[in-house]
Formats: sequence, C-alpha cells, structure tokens
Amino acid sequence: MLHPRIIPNLLIHKKGLVKTVNFKNPKYVGDPLNAVKIFNEKSVDELIVTDIDASVKGDEPDYELIEKIAMECRMPLCYGGGITNAKQAKEIFRLGVEKISISSAAINNPSIIPEIAESVGSQSVVIVLDVKKKFFSNGYDIFTHNGTKKTGLDPVKFIRKIQNTGVGEIVINSIDQDGSMKGYDYKIIDDVRETTSLPMTVLGGAGSLDDLGNLIKKYSIIGAGAGSLFVFKGKYRAVLINYPNQKEKIELIETFMV
Amino acid sequence: MIGVIDYGLGNIRAFSNIYKSFDIPHRIITQKHELSGIEKIILPGVGAFDDAMKKFNTSGMRNTVEKMVFENKIPILGVCVGLQMLGNSSDEGVEEGLGWIDANVKVLDTEKVSHSTKLPHMGWNTINIINKEELLFNGIHDKKRFYFLHSYYFDCNHEEDILTLTNYGFNFASSAKKGNIYGVQFHPEKSLENGEKLLFNFAKI
Repeated sequence: MLHPRIIPNLLIHKKGLVKTVNFKNPKYVGDPLNAVKIFNEKSVDELIVTDIDASVKGDEPDYELIEKIAMECRMPLCYGGGITNAKQAKEIFRLGVEKISISSAAINNPSIIPEIAESVGSQSVVIVLDVKKKFFSNGYDIFTHNGTKKTGLDPVKFIRKIQNTGVGEIVINSIDQDGSMKGYDYKIIDDVRETTSLPMTVLGGAGSLDDLGNLIKKYSIIGAGAGSLFVFKGKYRAVLINYPNQKEKIELIETFMV
Repeated sequence: MIGVIDYGLGNIRAFSNIYKSFDIPHRIITQKHELSGIEKIILPGVGAFDDAMKKFNTSGMRNTVEKMVFENKIPILGVCVGLQMLGNSSDEGVEEGLGWIDANVKVLDTEKVSHSTKLPHMGWNTINIINKEELLFNGIHDKKRFYFLHSYYFDCNHEEDILTLTNYGFNFASSAKKGNIYGVQFHPEKSLENGEKLLFNFAKI
C-alpha cells in the first residue's frame, strides 16, 4: 500500500540553512549539507531543498551545492531555485536529483512547463505556488520572489490551466502559515485538492506530528511538508534537526490514515 | 566493474554515489569504447519513453550493449524508464522499445485508486516478492518499501517474467527478469537502505 510522504523542507539563503516566518526574517539554523546528512540518516521520505536567493537575484542554480547535496541523499530530492529552462533542469538531474521545482519562472511563463517536462519527464516537474490569503475576500493570491511580488493570479485557476501541461506535482506553500507552527491552512488545500488529482505537497504551519497526522487523516495520500517542525525543538525553538523514526512514522500513518 | 550508462537522461550520479560508498568499482559510460571490461550494466532512466529510446538509439552504445547482454550474458538492470525501455512498446510514445523482455508499457489504470491523488504514482509503496529465491532481493524482506515515481507500468506478457508485484489500485509488475536481463520500476538509488541493498545484490550476482 502506498503511504503519504512526510517531507522536510529546507531553505538555503546565503549558502546557509535558514528558517523563515511568513517568508521573512530568515534565521540561520545551520549548514545545509550537514542537515541533509542528518536527514539522510533519519531515513526521511523525501527532501525539498530550495535556494530562496536564486530567483530573486536572477542567479543560475548553484550546481556545486546541488552536487554535494545529491551526493548525500539516498532518498528522493526535489531541488528548486533559479531554474528557468530545460538545460538547467537536465544538468540538475545529471547530478543525481530526480525532481525539480519551478515557481516564478513557470508562473510568469507557463510555456516552460511542457518544455522542461519533455526533456526530464512530467513526473519530475514540481510546481510550487506560494499563496497568501486576500485581505478582503475568501480567495488567495499567488506570490513570487519570496512573497514580495503579488501576481494577481488565483491559485485554483492557475492550476486548472497548467495541470495537464506536464506537471508531476503541485506544492502549496502558505505564506500566512509559514513558520507559525499553528497548523496547515485547510481552506486552500481543499480548494486545490478539488481542482486536481495530481500529487500534492503542502507546506506552511505544521507544528506537531499531530498536525501531520490530521492532514493525512483528511487527505490520505498527500505530501505533508514541514520546515520549523523538523529543525526546531521545544517552545524556545532551539535548533535541533529531528524527524520521526521509522517506527514512529509508521505508527503515525497507521493511526491517522483511514 | 559496473557500468552506469549515461545516454543523456537520468540521475546517473545517484548510482555512482551508492557504489562509491560500497567501494564497488564502477564507471559512468558515455561512449561505447568505455564499455570494455564492464561486467554489469545499469540502464537508468528518469524521463519520457520516446526521449529515452531516441537518445539511447543515437548514443552509439546500443549495439555494443546488445552484444554484451545477448552474447556475453552480461547482467543488465533497467531502472524506471530503463525498465520500460526493455519492453516492446509504450503507450507514452511511438518509439519502438528494445523488446528484450516481452512486455508492453501501459498507462496505470487508476479507476480503483480510492484516494484523490491519481497520477503519477508517487511515493513509498511495498513490493511483494514472487520469486523468493531471486538473488536481486537477497536479504530484502517481503512488503518492504521502495520509492516509485511513474505513470506507466511494465505489463509483462509472461507471468514467469514478473519478480515482484506492487499494488496501486491493481497489482502491477514492479520488477521483472528474463535470464540476465533485470528491470525495476521503482528507484533503488533513492530507496534508502533497501535500495542500496538491491544495488549491492545486483553487483554480486
């Protein structure tokens, strides 16, 4: 039987591993390679690594770092940051990565999705949407550039438009919930879940294993992503890389999955 | 010496990283002359069927690999699309497959998948080992999890070629074997310790 995936989400800023709150105030939490090594030892289901500087600065993906990270990963690795074309995607795959995430480049120009999918396979193309609740209505807006640029696009409409163009997975990252550790935003997850049958991973808000469990209870097969939960411990948020061990993870899934 | 075929597609380095950690001699092969002295071949694949076949066909390596596999009985392991390439054809494209195992690649039927995520079949799923004597699964217990990422499956025309079954709404062949030709639909190079064990086993066959 297929299991839901429990996925640490790691952010890279100025070559360090950071954790943000509402996409702001990146707090240094350690060396990215060291963290990847620890997560590998903890047998995580999958890792998402995102360079949050690349797209903002218009930089190329940091191949040297990607190579080093991929070398440590014995599990699936999704890399994002600065990818704008198929050539870059291919190079990243060659280094030992099997999924690439694209956000601003695909939002600004959705035609790159089929282009990249054609060369690396649609199953490996992950579209990340950073979303924020609208002030005066129930809807959501897609943001780019680390939550600084409002696109005016509606996530549900955007997904409807691109879902059959070569996308393998949708990642929904809630800017409002990011770093809050107060639980996932179910409204947007519901909206997206109703829109697409593509695999989906959600980020933003997970503060406890129960938060992951409740998500799994509601959606069964889903990627339960978390940042703070896996890099902080305790109410003072001491930096400590952690992840449920194999037994705890199976127990969690079996308790919550219906 | 294990040769990992690099025909321009796939996470080649993931394999060499694992063999490096086991201290097992291996080489990434990009041209046919590099195939000399190779005793085991890995045919990786992350991508689309047609693209993979076209690239392999024009890589200049196909004839030599074919000779090694059929005349010298060198074991070969196809991974993901690399497995699918071993079949006759694929629903995903129009290119002809290698036809080394009598199978056709078809799109996964998700009609009986109960949850709302359908395709691709992505994540950690269990394998049922049909042939318990199979050396490739030596030390790997039944119901262990491997990482899958695919929308098409390898539909074997002969049941005896199936090594393991996996359920995603229905049972499909998650690995197959014909003589010295092996293929796995999941990604051993990304399946933590079980995957490492499988790649180790392949090296020892």
